[in-house]
Amino acid sequence: MLVVRGVEKHFGATHALTGVDLTVAAGEVHAVLGENGAGKSTLMNVLCGAFPADAGTVTLGGARYAPADPDAAFRAGVAIVHQELSLCPRLTVEENLLLGDESTRAGFLDRRRLRERAAAALARVGSTTPLDARALDLSPAAQQLVEIARALVRGEPRLLILDEPTSSLGADDAERLFALIGELSRAGIAILYVSHFLEEVKRVAQRFTVLRDGATVGTGAVAETSIDAMVTQMAGRRVEELFPRSEHPRGEPLLVVEALSGSDKPLAASLVVHRGEVLGIAGLVGAGRTELLRVVFGLDRVVSGEVRVGAWRGPRSPRDALDHGVGLLSEDRKGEGLAQGLSLAENLALSRLPSFVRGASLRATAQRWVERLGIRAGSVDAPVSELSGGNQQKVALARLLHHDVDVLLLDEPTRGIDVRSKAAIYAEIDALARAGKAIVLVSSFLPELLGVCDRVAVMCRGRLGEARPIAEWTEHAILKEAVGA
Amino acid sequence: MKALLAKKWFGPLVALVVVYAIFLVLRPETFGRAATLLTMSQQTVVVAIAAVGATLVIVSGGIDLSVGSSVALTSVVVAKLLVRGHGPLVAALGGCLVATLCGALGGALVARLKMLPFIVTLGSMSILRGAAKGLANEQKIDAPARGLETLLQPAAGSLRPPTGVFLAIAVAVLAALLLSSTRFGRHVFAVGSNERTARLCGVPVERVKIGVYAIAGLLAGLAGVLEFSMLTVGDPTTAVGLELEVIAAVVIGGASLSGGEGSILGAMIGAFLMTVIKTGATHMGLPNWVQEIVTGGIILVASGLDRLRRGSATS
Repeated sequence: MLVVRGVEKHFGATHALTGVDLTVAAGEVHAVLGENGAGKSTLMNVLCGAFPADAGTVTLGGARYAPADPDAAFRAGVAIVHQELSLCPRLTVEENLLLGDESTRAGFLDRRRLRERAAAALARVGSTTPLDARALDLSPAAQQLVEIARALVRGEPRLLILDEPTSSLGADDAERLFALIGELSRAGIAILYVSHFLEEVKRVAQRFTVLRDGATVGTGAVAETSIDAMVTQMAGRRVEELFPRSEHPRGEPLLVVEALSGSDKPLAASLVVHRGEVLGIAGLVGAGRTELLRVVFGLDRVVSGEVRVGAWRGPRSPRDALDHGVGLLSEDRKGEGLAQGLSLAENLALSRLPSFVRGASLRATAQRWVERLGIRAGSVDAPVSELSGGNQQKVALARLLHHDVDVLLLDEPTRGIDVRSKAAIYAEIDALARAGKAIVLVSSFLPELLGVCDRVAVMCRGRLGEARPIAEWTEHAILKEAVGA
Repeated sequence: MKALLAKKWFGPLVALVVVYAIFLVLRPETFGRAATLLTMSQQTVVVAIAAVGATLVIVSGGIDLSVGSSVALTSVVVAKLLVRGHGPLVAALGGCLVATLCGALGGALVARLKMLPFIVTLGSMSILRGAAKGLANEQKIDAPARGLETLLQPAAGSLRPPTGVFLAIAVAVLAALLLSSTRFGRHVFAVGSNERTARLCGVPVERVKIGVYAIAGLLAGLAGVLEFSMLTVGDPTTAVGLELEVIAAVVIGGASLSGGEGSILGAMIGAFLMTVIKTGATHMGLPNWVQEIVTGGIILVASGLDRLRRGSATS
C-alpha cells in the first residue's frame, strides 16, 4: 500500500530525515518507533503533506505520492490524527467533523446531508457524542474519537496515521481505541501507529519500523521481537560528544521536593538535589518533566506537596522562587524563555532590575556576560531575535547566572542549538556544579544525561522514579523505564 | 545617523517637519507666526496628556477606549465640586482621583480576571459616559472656574504659553523617564513584549498591568481637568471619540498595538502633527472631510512604513 524509499528532509543545516524506508501493507497496523527527535513527527508531516520531502520516493497503492498540501493528502486517501487534539473548541462536533468539506446545495449548506455524514462518521467509530455538543465540553477521549471520525468523514482513507493516540487517554479509553483500530484495519485500512509505548505496540501492531537519528535502522514483525530488542534498536550507539566532567564533591541537600503534585502532572514527585550536584530527569515527551520544573518554580499551581530550599517553603510565585535563589530555564526559548522584541541587555537583566535603570550599566553588565559566555552578538542593544539559537540560549542561561540563583532548573537547555554552543553550555553546567550550585537537568537526549549528570531519575506518565547514580544507568535502562516497560 | 533612524520617534518627526513646511509655504502669514504655534500647542494639550497614559497602556500590550468618557466624567466631577464651593485644587484632585480609580478598576479586571482590555474599556467607555450624564443630569454644569480657566488660557496679548502646556511637557518628560529609566518602565515593556517571559523572570505582571491602567486613568483625569479649563463648564457630552484621536497619536508615534514598542516623544509628535493638520486645513479653507482623510492616511502610512522597515530588518 505505502512504500517509502530513501526519504530525506533538511531544515537549514539540521538533517531531520536522512534516509527513511518504510513499507506498509493494506489492512496492516504498522508501528513507527523511535526516541524523541528520531524523526517520527517529521516523517508523518511529510506523509500528510505538511511539507515536501527533499529526496527519496513515496508511492501509495503503486502510484507516486507527493502531496502538495494536507488537502491533497486527504484526497489521495491519507488521513492523520495528530498527537495534540486539534478540534476548534467553540465549534460543535458536527461543524468540526465537516470543517473544510461542507456539503452544499446551490451555494447554501445542505444541513440534512451534513448531519447524515457527521452521524455516519461518529457511528463508525462508536462514538455516542451528540452532534451539537461543543468540542470544548468533551472529554479528551471523546475528542479523540471525533478526531478519528473526522479522518473517516470524507470516505474511507487508504492510510490512517495515528500519532501518539493514547497520550491523552486513560486505560479504559485506550482499550476502546485499540478495538476500533482492529476494526478499521480489518476493513482494509493501512494504519501507521506512532507511539513511545511499546506495550501498546505489542498489543495493536503487526509490524514495526524503528527510526534513529532520522534514518530507518530496523523493521520486523512485532510478534517475533521482544520489547527489549526494540529498545536496543531505538537506543543504538551514538557519536560520543565532549562532556567535560570535573570533580565536584556533593554538598548538603539544597532543593528538597516532597510528594509534589500539579493539576495534571507531576504526580507525587519527590526529589533531593544537593549542592554541587547535577540531577538529570529523563523521560518521554509528555511524561511531565517540564510540568515538574514549572510547579517547582511556581509557574504552575501546586496541588499538594512541598518545595523547600533551606528554611524557605514555597513557591508562591516565580518572583518568590527567584527571591530565594531558584531559577528556571524554559524549554520554549521563543515563546517564553526570551522576549524576542527586547534587546539582549534587557532580556539578560529582566529578573534583576534595579529600581532606577541606567542604560549604561545595563549594557556594561550585559557586555560582561557576553564575554564570559562567549555569546556572539553584534551589539547588546540589538533585539535578541537576531541571535542564533545557541547564542539566545546562552543569554537565557546568563540571566540565571546574573541573578545568581543557587538552584538551576534547566529544561532542555541544548535543544535545537549548534554543537559548539552545546559544548559551552555543558562546560558552564560543570562549572556551576563545581561552584556548589544545585542543578536539575531535564533532557530528552540520553548521551547528554549520561555525560553530564551525577544522578538520573526517570519520569513516566507523571510519576518520577528513583534517582540513581549515573554509574547504575545505561541508555537502554533509561529508555526501558521511560516507556514504562 | 543610523542610531537616529532606529529611533521610534524619528519617522513621525520627519512627517511633522514636512507637513509643517508645506503649510508654511502655502500659508506663511499664519504658520510663520508664534501666535499660531501657541494656539496649536494649547489645542494639543488634552490629547497629548491622554496620549502619555495611552502610550503606557499600549506598550504593555493593552488598549484603553475609555479616555473620552473619562475626560467628560472628570470635567463634570470638577464642576460639581466647584459648585459645591470647594477650591480649585480640591476640585482638580477630586476629578483626577475618580478617573484614577476607574482606571485601576479596569486594570484589575484585565489583570486578575484576564479579561480582554478591548472589552473591559469598551464597557467602561459606556459606563463612564453614562455616569457623567447621570451625575450632570444630562446638562452642562456651569461652575465658577476660580482660576482653573487660566490653565489653558494665555494672558491676553502675551506670548507666554499657559500653564497647561508646561504641565503637558512635564507629564511627558516624567513618563518618558518612568518608561526608560525605572524598573517599572522596563517591566511595562517586558509585559507587552512577552508576558510569559515576564512572568518567568518574576515580573509582577498583574501589578504592572493595574499600575499602567491606573496611571492612564490619572492622566485621563488630568486631561479632563484641562478640558474643563478650556470649556469652563462640566460637559458630560464632551470629548466623544477622543480615545481614537489619542490612539492615533500613539500609533503615529511608532507604537505597536501588539505591545512592547512605543515612545512618549513619538506620541507627543503624533498628537502635535494631528493638530497641525487640523489647523492647516482650517486656514486653507479646506473642508473637515479633507483633514479627516489626511489624518487617516498618515496613520496608515506611519504604520505601513514601520511594518516595511521591520520586514527589511528581519529578512
